[in-house]
Formats: sequence, C-alpha cells, structure tokens
Amino acid sequence: MAATVNTRRLARAMLTPAVVILFIWMIVPLVLTLWYSFQNYSLLNPANVGFAGWTNYQYFLTDPAFFQAFANTLILTLSVLAITVIGGILLGLLLDQFIYGQGIVRILVISPFFIMPTVAALVWKNMLMNPNYGIFAWIATSLGMQPVAWLETYPLFSIILIVAWQWLPFATLILLTALQSLDEEQKEAAGMDGAGFASLFVYITLPHLARAITVVILIETIFLLSVFAEILVTTGGGPGYATTNIAYLIYHLALLDYDVGGASAGGVVAVILANIVAIFLVRLVGKNLEA
Amino acid sequence: MARAISPQKKWTFTILAWIVALILFFPILWTILTAFKTEGDAILFPPAFLPPHWTLENFFEVQARSDYFRHFFNSVVISVGSTLIGLLVAVPAAWSMAFAPTKRTKDILMWMLSTKMMPAVGVLVPIYLIFKNLGLLDSLAGLTGILMLINLPIMVWMLYTYFREIPVDILEASRMDGAVLWKEIVYVLLPMAIPGIASTLLLNIILAWNEAFWTLNLSAANAAPLTAFIASYSSPEGLFWAKLSAASTLAIAPILVIGWFSQKQLVRGMTFGAVK
Repeated sequence: MAATVNTRRLARAMLTPAVVILFIWMIVPLVLTLWYSFQNYSLLNPANVGFAGWTNYQYFLTDPAFFQAFANTLILTLSVLAITVIGGILLGLLLDQFIYGQGIVRILVISPFFIMPTVAALVWKNMLMNPNYGIFAWIATSLGMQPVAWLETYPLFSIILIVAWQWLPFATLILLTALQSLDEEQKEAAGMDGAGFASLFVYITLPHLARAITVVILIETIFLLSVFAEILVTTGGGPGYATTNIAYLIYHLALLDYDVGGASAGGVVAVILANIVAIFLVRLVGKNLEA
Repeated sequence: MARAISPQKKWTFTILAWIVALILFFPILWTILTAFKTEGDAILFPPAFLPPHWTLENFFEVQARSDYFRHFFNSVVISVGSTLIGLLVAVPAAWSMAFAPTKRTKDILMWMLSTKMMPAVGVLVPIYLIFKNLGLLDSLAGLTGILMLINLPIMVWMLYTYFREIPVDILEASRMDGAVLWKEIVYVLLPMAIPGIASTLLLNIILAWNEAFWTLNLSAANAAPLTAFIASYSSPEGLFWAKLSAASTLAIAPILVIGWFSQKQLVRGMTFGAVK
C-alpha cells in the first residue's frame, strides 16, 4: 500500500511522547538516587557534604532495622499473597455457583478494593481493632474471651489482615472472571466420566486458572512490596521496628531523619530487590501472556 | 443438557455467599452507619448497630472544622486531571502500537510494564528534592504530574488491549469507499474506540483517587487530597469515630459507585488484558 511509509512515520510520532516521558521518568530519578547514595548529604548537617564512598550502603545494610524491615516486607507480601490467592480461589468457586442475588453479592465482595488505604487502615485500627470499644473486642467479650489490643500485641499480623482485606476482593474478582470462562461442557463431560469435585478441581479448574493466578500474583506483588499508607496511619512502623517494611524504613530515613545519602542508598537497595522479583515475574507473565 | 441444581444446593450456596459477602462488606457498612451517630453513640459498648439518634452533624462539623470540600476538590482535580493528561499521551501511543505494530512493539509494552515494578520509595528522595527546588511541593500541579506518570503504563496497556480488538478490515473497507484519513478516524475508528477509552478513564480515576504514597509524601495543608486529609485523623482526632466516619464516607462514596459500574473493566485493566 502506498501509505505505508507515511503511516509508519506517523505511528512512530504517536508513540514517541509516551516512550520519552516514561524513559525520563524512569532514568532521571534513578540516576539521582544513585548519585546521592554515594554522597554525604544530610539536611540536618548541611556543612558536611562530599563523596561518601560506600559508607551509606554500609550503614544501611548493617543496620539491624534493615534486616527486620527486609523480613517484614517478605512476611507481609507472602502472607497477603497466600491469603488472597487461596481465599480468592475459594470465594471465586463459591460465587461461580448459582446464588440468589448474585449481582449484589459481587458488589459487596468487590467493594473493599475501592476503599482508599488511609480510610481502610484507620477504620480497622479504630472501629474494629480498638481493645475497648472495637467490634473485635465486642465479639471477644461476647464469646467470653479477653479483648486483644491487636495493633500492640500482634502488630504485623494486624497489618497483614488489613492489607489482605483490601486485596482479597481483587483476587476474587480476577479468579471469578477466569472461572466463568471455563467451558461448562468440559466440566460436564468430566463429571459424567465420574470425576469427583476434587479431581475436577485439580485436573481441569486449576490448570485453567494458572494464568489468572500468575497475573494476580504479579499485580499484587507490585503493590504489596511498597505498602506504605496502612503502616503510616496505624503503627508508624512500630512498636520498635515490628511493622517497618523497606518502603517505610526509607521514608523514615528521608523525610523524618533528613538523611538524603542514607535514604538514597536504601532506595537503590529497594530498587535492586524489586528488580530481582520483577525479572522473575515479568518473564513468568510474558510467557503466560503468549500462550 | 443442563445440569439440574437441587434447590437445597442453591440455598446452601446462597446463604454461604451472603455470609461471606456481608463479612467482607461489614467494615464499610459500619463506617457509613457510624457517620450518622453522635460521638457518644459511636463508642457505645456493646456497640449499637443502628444509630440510636440519627444525625447529620458530623458532616457539617467536618466541613466547618477543616474545610473538607477543599480537600475533596483537590482529589477531583488530581485524579481527573492526571487521567485526562495521561490519556492525551497514552491514546496515540496505544493506537500506534495496536494498528501499526512493529517487531519492537512487544518489547516496548513489556518495558512499560517493568517501569511499574520500580518501587516508588526508590526515587522518593530525588523526586522530593526536585519538587522542593521547583516549588512543586504541596501543589496540585506537582501531584497531578506524578500521578499521570505512575499510571501512564497502565493506561497504555489497557488502551492497547482495547484497540487491538478493533477489526482492521473495517479500515480497509472504508478506504475502498474512498474515505480520507481524518474521516476514517472520526467516523469509523473513534466510535469503536470510545468504550475502551471510557473504561481506561474510569479505572485510572479510581487508581489516582486512592493513591496513597506520593499524595501523602508530597502534599501538606494546601494541596492535600482526601487520602492525606484522612491520614491526619491518625492521631488524637482518630478518637472521634463519628467524624472520622463522616469524612471517610464522603471520601469513599464517589469511587465506590464508579467502581461498582466498572467491575468488568477493572479486571481487564488491572490484568493488562490477560484476563477478560
């Protein structure tokens, strides 16, 4: 066709702004972070500036807080993933059945996903988990048990619960959508061959869900590695460092301690860790998307 | 042959599903109900399920004390603004990749997805300092820009999956009828692209409205959207549950309604078109 050369040029012109903008957005801050991470630069001590070598990294990586934050990040991410994926499959299977009022049930189940993180965290912290007036305390006393100060006694578990509440609807919705595209006839044929619920699930449903599960894990991981607001408004990372994840630790260094160099070193470490996860995940998803 | 489902089974699943759904929805319902209670009734123990004395006072007080609607307005400007500007960049890009794909299109898409993997906290320091030097801290313009950038990859991806489904044959047919390029776009492609663009718009407004890393770190009194405003209830005022609930109810209501209407698009958009 005669228009091809022109079309190609036009297509490139249309694509360029997005690519350039994203490239700048990705590369400039990253280079700056890298640069600051080798500088002595604290807003509290403006006189002491200059090349710092690996000092910032040494401090950050040998800080006991780093190990705890690293462990907390892993525990938080993996726990929420486990809860939401398993819970999402179960809930998806349930909602895939015949249910009276299915539309409303779906709306109720998906709703927590639309709640802004600061609202979700504060409502849970105060109105549900408060040991004196909260709903959980009321349930505990009704059952003759001692009310628990959730965020003080089980801080990390409490955060996991809040974050899982926000993401379970997402996993459920995605997995339910995938389940609904499963061929009914295939299920019926298997059922007539005498396959029970368990073998039907293992040999037909689960393989069918593989791609959706991969996607849920990918998307959730992106968000879960940097959970921030939920921690900021509930525990402030404490008690001690009990609920500090890497994102919160770096925020603390940067905006509360004004240690630009140290926070930047932490930022570089966070980027490297996220990239290790990303390479693994993007490859997995890329493969799955082609199929 | 349709499988006959016994009524007993139907009711068992129905009851089970409703119980789970109500448990998941409970914190939201509780927030809405508490917004209409007096502060005293809000902390009754054992809790009163329905407000013993219905009142609208909390809503007025939240507005009077902290100029609530300014923060609401900030949220609207930031989420709608960042989405519209993002669309201006994303629509041409997605259009180009969907209708004139090259060998590199797939790589570009995967690269865009990978920029989403960069943790925000990794670039918090330079962005904060750049904002500080340019006077963008606590400004609507700065926040709008940042949210446009972080959602741009999702917008491109989502639009791309929609555009790709527009049959190219239709273009060729209209070309044979002698349509010129702009007519082709306005009369043939645009009507088919609008549903995809609308869905992208809605999903991104939701994401931007609820974004709570950059909005919390880059705003203070002036440009604070609702995420940051509600966060200010984390200390002493958090004890005023009725007011916290009133502020929260107003903050989540519009997005909840938009969300209910865009469930299908949400699945597609958030999974980069992998699950439909």
